Amino acid sequence: MKAIRVLSRGIRDAFKSVFRNFSLTTAAITCSTITLLLVAVAMIISYNVRSITTDLEKELTIIAYLKQNTSEEEINNLKEEIEKLENVKSVTIKDKDEWKIELKDYDETFKNSLDYFDENPLLDSIVVKVKDVANLKETTEKIRAYDIISSADYGEEAAENIVSAFDIIEKFAVIMVAALVLVTSFLISNTIRLTIFSRRSEIEIMRLVGASNAMVKLPFIFEGLVLGVLGSIIPILITVYGYIILYDHFGGHLLLSLIRLVEPFNFIIYVSLLLLLIGSVIGMIGSYLSVRRYLKI
Amino acid sequence: MNLIQIKNCYKVYNNGVTAIADLNLTIQKGEFVFVIGASGSGKSTLIKMLYREERPTNGSVIVGGINVAKLRNSKVYKLRRKLGIVFQDFKLLPKLTVYENVAFALESIGMNSKEIRPKVLKALESVGLKEKVRSFPNQLSGGEQQRVCIARAIVNEPKLLICDEPTGNLDPETSKEIVKILDNINKEFDTTIIMATHDKEIVNRMKKRVLLLENGVLTGDYMKGSYKAHESN
Ligand SMILES: Nc1ncnc2c1ncn2[C@@H]1O[C@H](COP(=O)(O)OP(=O)(O)OP(=O)(O)O)[C@@H](O)[C@H]1O
Ligand SMILES: [Mg+2]
Repeated sequence: MKAIRVLSRGIRDAFKSVFRNFSLTTAAITCSTITLLLVAVAMIISYNVRSITTDLEKELTIIAYLKQNTSEEEINNLKEEIEKLENVKSVTIKDKDEWKIELKDYDETFKNSLDYFDENPLLDSIVVKVKDVANLKETTEKIRAYDIISSADYGEEAAENIVSAFDIIEKFAVIMVAALVLVTSFLISNTIRLTIFSRRSEIEIMRLVGASNAMVKLPFIFEGLVLGVLGSIIPILITVYGYIILYDHFGGHLLLSLIRLVEPFNFIIYVSLLLLLIGSVIGMIGSYLSVRRYLKI
Repeated sequence: MNLIQIKNCYKVYNNGVTAIADLNLTIQKGEFVFVIGASGSGKSTLIKMLYREERPTNGSVIVGGINVAKLRNSKVYKLRRKLGIVFQDFKLLPKLTVYENVAFALESIGMNSKEIRPKVLKALESVGLKEKVRSFPNQLSGGEQQRVCIARAIVNEPKLLICDEPTGNLDPETSKEIVKILDNINKEFDTTIIMATHDKEIVNRMKKRVLLLENGVLTGDYMKGSYKAHESN
């Protein structure tokens, strides 16, 4: 009961003081809004990148063509050897007859030109799946080094570029967010400092009449919390509506059809809750800094 | 029963000033005690140690069973809840009404408003300010403001009321009224009262126990009525 009373008084005071120091409050809330928006964007990008990367990882394979007239035994030996390579997950043989069937199905022109040859002009190949896309290039080069390999390549170079571009964006976002979190905590802590200053006679009396430290500190911690929470409202709304609109607009796909966006639900709920949490934590850290510094008790 | 027990107490401020030296003193529950002495003699220092605004440098100061010298900062509130403090400058919150100023003391210790209301009204009645509950401090005379301060100090029914020159800013007539109110509180609720003052006339007239401080040393402890100051100063 007492806790509830203390709590409600704290929240009431916090709101009062938010309006009292309006300009600084606005600055703090704006800053935390910007910060949280960036956090939201960063989270959406990074979450999607991760999901895209896993998608791509499934897709990305090395196809190595063998030289003409390689015997079946040689192919099997090679398969075993490549399987032993570090980054290799699986190796399957796809011989020229399989290619022929596949290509004939794929396109009428292919079918006609392939039929033109008596013998199958295509090459036998092996398909290699890797464990880590990051080392795809190296693995490809190792495979290329075998004598009986005529060429080896991996499919989506473009996709790989996208992944690494996203990687840079992600790192940049993390740095930006970290910097903004600092600025926001600083602004919030300044707001709280002003509140503490404007309420110093109240604080003095509270202490003289026997308010516990928690009672004296709580209103300010609450104020920070309120600032953080107010700062997270707009980012949450933008995340929820923005992501749904984005998702619908692209029909869930981006750029290449193989890049799929994460489904909005429960993703945006998860992001929103996280924004609220981050906002509250930043607010409380900010106010804690000031309370610790200016309310030495 | 000793409400206050002070033994071999010293207070040396950071700047090297010894404000209280080797003080030994006991005050019983229900007493009314004046603390007098020239300016700088250490009256406020003694008062401040009682509510742990200042910490004794040496010795022990026990108030209501709590050793102030050893009390940790985070536990000071436990001591403060047992006593009321009346200030020379009232320390009222200008934006709160009389009622709210008194209620503030109880709100601050987490009491709920149902319990608060009757206590506040009772305290304001004790100081004769029941009609002024809705006034703001700047609408009151100095004496009335001091009465609000007293009401706030007694609202939680403390065993001990500490007053540092409560009449210092008031004219002689008003000062008399204030001391009369304190005397009533002392008699009615058996509240122990310690009052530092410069006002010799009041001290002479009230015939209470008097502690005389000189340069931080307790040079006189006069039992009820045995002290007679020279009006001439
Ligand atoms: N915070 C402090 N820091 C350093 N010295 C102090 C402090 N407070 C008081 N003093 C010194 O301690 C001595 C006693 O001061 P105190 O305020 O207790 O006197 P007082 O009897 O209350 O005087 P007055 O009648 O003028 O109020 C004085 O010499 C004063 O200068
Ligand atoms: Mg003094």
